[in-house]
Amino acid sequence: MSGGAYNLRLYVAGQTPKSIRAFDNLRKICDEHLAGRYNIEVVDLLDNPQLGRGDQILAVPTLVRRLPAPIKKIIGDLSNTERVLVGLDLQPRES
Amino acid sequence: MTERPDEPTAAFSATELPKSPTGIAGLDEITGGGLPTGRPTLVVGGPGSGKTLLGITFLVNGAVHFNEPGVLMSFEENAEELAGDVASLGFDLKALAEQGKVLVDYVHVERSEIEETGEYDLEGLFVRLDHAVRSIGAKRVVLDTIESLFGGLQNESILRAELRRLLRWLRDRNLTVLITGERGQVTLTRHGLEEYVTDAVILVDHRVEEQVSTRRIRIVKYRGSHHGTNEYPFLIDTAGLSVLPLTSLRLQHQASSERVTSGLPQLDEMLGGKGYFRGSSVLISGTAGTGKTTLAAHFADAACRGGQRCLHLLFEESPQQMIRNMRSAGMDLEPWVKSGLLLFHADRPSRHGLETHLVVMHRLVEQFKPDVVIVDPMTSLLTVGNQLDVRAMITRLIDFLKLNGATVLFTSLTHGGDDLETTDALVSSLMDTWILLTAEAVERRRQRWLYVLKSRGMSHSDEVREFRLTNHGVDILPSPPPAKRGAQ
Repeated sequence: MSGGAYNLRLYVAGQTPKSIRAFDNLRKICDEHLAGRYNIEVVDLLDNPQLGRGDQILAVPTLVRRLPAPIKKIIGDLSNTERVLVGLDLQPRES
Repeated sequence: MTERPDEPTAAFSATELPKSPTGIAGLDEITGGGLPTGRPTLVVGGPGSGKTLLGITFLVNGAVHFNEPGVLMSFEENAEELAGDVASLGFDLKALAEQGKVLVDYVHVERSEIEETGEYDLEGLFVRLDHAVRSIGAKRVVLDTIESLFGGLQNESILRAELRRLLRWLRDRNLTVLITGERGQVTLTRHGLEEYVTDAVILVDHRVEEQVSTRRIRIVKYRGSHHGTNEYPFLIDTAGLSVLPLTSLRLQHQASSERVTSGLPQLDEMLGGKGYFRGSSVLISGTAGTGKTTLAAHFADAACRGGQRCLHLLFEESPQQMIRNMRSAGMDLEPWVKSGLLLFHADRPSRHGLETHLVVMHRLVEQFKPDVVIVDPMTSLLTVGNQLDVRAMITRLIDFLKLNGATVLFTSLTHGGDDLETTDALVSSLMDTWILLTAEAVERRRQRWLYVLKSRGMSHSDEVREFRLTNHGVDILPSPPPAKRGAQ
């Protein structure tokens, strides 16, 4: 799989159950599949509303894979590990 | 019976909902003042129907004329594309953005780059909108076209719940919102937005019939308010958007006491000695071959002679024919055409519908800015619509011309056998001055007679005068002594 560093950004709007769940799920997936080569930046839009425009954020939580290119977005609480892996290009898309 | 389109709509009660003017000529009239303040309005239309331009006009006018800054959340075009689209209307979105009057936020959803897993909501959209609204103190919001989200997000049930929440959120903030929606096949909008926006719904439509395109607008629903229910034509041109009628027979125009010559001193004499009132409506009716067109041409000729601009609409003759025929009556209209004072516009009545005729006339008036308008003959329009429709159209046209201070002269062909004074009854009440021409064969010569049936606001002659069509035009004979007339 991809060897470079993963630069990930998780957009949330406040400490909601959904955002906490998303963060926990993301940590778990990253520790398991990207150990040592990822960093996660959490952006709370309630604190920085102007940041939503740049990455075209509508839904929260939204995970943005900023690196490696191209940019990928995964929205939702990341509860389906398989789809997160597909979304991050860590696993080939099925069918 | 259907409602009369020319019914006064000025009688809106003071207890109605507060309204936010769109600043769009005509639309504020048919909505009785604009869109409902603090509530959402849905504007539905197909591609190219003008709904986005309507939304932007609402926003820009609000910011420029009503001191209400506005946010445009665009789901389809980015700020540069939008600015380009509306530049032709004279809007400078960039300048307005720099002044903090309008804020454009382009929301782009690319389904192919989005994976969905698990629960989410659209709080990100809310935060962006909230931030935009706060940063310029917006009072108006346009969402164009929020239905794009249905193409970008897979989970429709979340989307629908969030749309419902968004509308409530906007209402809670007392924002006057215009939401555009794509026209649907089964439902009003493709994704049933009408379910969420229930206060006011406006339908816009762009049709091409017989190679002529017409835009129409209709207020489908306006909760708690009177509104015009007809389909009204609307225009998008360099002057922006305008909905016809520009007025709804409010009779608020200025009545001028200034007079204009009819082109014939003898006729002026019959009209209180001074001719028509400027900005009034004149009807000349008569049977075929009585000289209506010639009398109308005298008016055009005199107007141009006085340096005024005349728009002459021809429904039966070509301009060349008209010029040639009037030469035989001693009038050379060609120099006026060349000097730009006289504009002929010839059109087959059957070429398009009444609304389109009205739109074309309206546009000509806007562009040419005539002092005098001649419609010859008005009766040709009857071949396109029924009498009531024609009446409604003439009403709107007169109204519009009066607002512009133009004097309008219609000719009307009455058919032999009809009672002269009743055939034009349909439109006569709209006319300030009504002149009748008749002809009859007397002693192997066709004699022509003319009289002023009515002329509001002046003491006009009640004589029936004989006139002749000569090689120097209409010649009204001096009134004969009573004894001589009695002898005929």
